[in-house]
Amino acid sequence: MMSEKKTVRFIITRQDRPDSPPYEEEFEIPYRPNMNVISALMEIRRNPVNAKGEKTTPVVWEMNCLEEVCGACSMVINGKPRQSCTALIDHLEQPIRLEPMRTFPVVRDLQVDRSRMFDSLKKVKAWIPIDGTHDLGPGPRMPERKRQWAYELSKCMTCGVCLEACPNVNSKSNFIGPAPLSQVRLFNAHPTGAMNKAERLEAIMGDGGLANCGNSQNCVQSCPKGIPLTTSIAALNREVTIQAFRNFFGSDQV
Amino acid sequence: MAGNREFFYRRLHSLLGVIPVGLFLVQHLVVNHFATRGPEAFNRAAHFMENLPFRYFLEIFVIFLPLLFHAIYGLYIAFTAKNNVSRYNYFRNWMFMLQRLSGIITLIFVTWHVWETRVQAAFGAEVNYEMMANIVDNPMMLGFYVLGIISTVFHFSNGLWSFFVSWGITVTPRSQQISTYVTMAIFVALSIVGIRAILAFA
Ligand code: HEM
Ligand code: SF4
Ligand code: FES
Repeated sequence: MMSEKKTVRFIITRQDRPDSPPYEEEFEIPYRPNMNVISALMEIRRNPVNAKGEKTTPVVWEMNCLEEVCGACSMVINGKPRQSCTALIDHLEQPIRLEPMRTFPVVRDLQVDRSRMFDSLKKVKAWIPIDGTHDLGPGPRMPERKRQWAYELSKCMTCGVCLEACPNVNSKSNFIGPAPLSQVRLFNAHPTGAMNKAERLEAIMGDGGLANCGNSQNCVQSCPKGIPLTTSIAALNREVTIQAFRNFFGSDQV
Repeated sequence: MAGNREFFYRRLHSLLGVIPVGLFLVQHLVVNHFATRGPEAFNRAAHFMENLPFRYFLEIFVIFLPLLFHAIYGLYIAFTAKNNVSRYNYFRNWMFMLQRLSGIITLIFVTWHVWETRVQAAFGAEVNYEMMANIVDNPMMLGFYVLGIISTVFHFSNGLWSFFVSWGITVTPRSQQISTYVTMAIFVALSIVGIRAILAFA
């Protein structure tokens, strides 16, 4: 039998508290077939010993669905933001570098606070208001082709990868970022959602809104769900141009 | 609407980049191109421009103020970006970075160029073929002018691409792709016009 066991090497950027400085720690863990970054992190959690053989604290990260639909496990893996649950070890160059998505406030190690994305969804009213005091009956029907098209936009899991990739989303700017913008296009396309179209457009015409996009188009290259973010942004640019004319020259205000 | 100022400024910045500043740039390059037909042809074209009615009005409202606004707001935009081409090595991300870099180079170039020509004219110097020939007699200055022209023309051409996106004219990836070809052809064409003109003085 071969005495040497195959291992996987990691360099992980860690941070103990939101306000403490980051530092790097190396780990070397036993290889198992079909491992992904999460199962490797679980191994570190089970046996928190670094590459020097010193006992350390387990690395903190977030996860939930384990099938790339919740977005919680996003982190920067070998320089690119993506979901750690679908990052297979066999496909990654070693040592594997893990870092948090620094566009967001770091809570601890690889765990970040994506609250700003959920606040943005509230700001742009990324929902369809149907609650009333009485039954409003069935809504208008949506053509099947349009439903299929809208389904693509609805795949967004608020993972934050597109914000991490965007050069205009940073601590110097208040740009809302691609994901919530594309959600405006989604909800405005819905026959019932369209009733609040102007409100959503006006929300993204506010400070930090749509106009801050500088067309680097990193978002569309990075989105794990393949959402046509830059098409959404350009389409919204057209919509807000028309909305701005309406608002200024006066037309039906809705 | 209280929070709408940024939207208005951005759209104004985008519009002014094309109308009037971009149009002026094209006109300016075309007039300069008369230098390839000799000093007289250039001087005649330059004098025609100088003798346009309402010259000062046109200079202030069609060139100076729009450019000043575009440049100052452009600097602010350029410095709020956190460029990341090393991590995201994509074509449009490079163009994004180069749009900002070329804006800054253009600002330095245009400031120097206006100082050397228009401001000196206000002090009594005559702007003609000879003046430019004296300037680019120095190979360093010629190099600076070539860089400045290419940077300005790139900034305008690639700016046209993003102008079409900013106003929602090119929406589909296909139309944006064609727009890349068209605006890069404009970049090459205007570069040839500009470089031929400056070399005519050298
Ligand atoms: C000859 C002078 C100039 C011309 C013809 C020009 C033209 C343009 C055009 C057409 C755009 C595209 C607008 C859009 O994206 O919708 C643009 C964008 C831009 N310009 Fe200029 N520009 C000039 C000078 C400057 C200067 C001096 C600066 C100062 C740094 C500057 C900074 C910028 C920036 C940062 C953008 C990108 C805006 C964005 O993508 O959001 N420009 N310019
Ligand atoms: S648009 Fe794509 S990258 Fe951005 S948050 Fe949604 S799923 Fe993630
Ligand atoms: S755990 Fe849900 S996307 Fe990875």
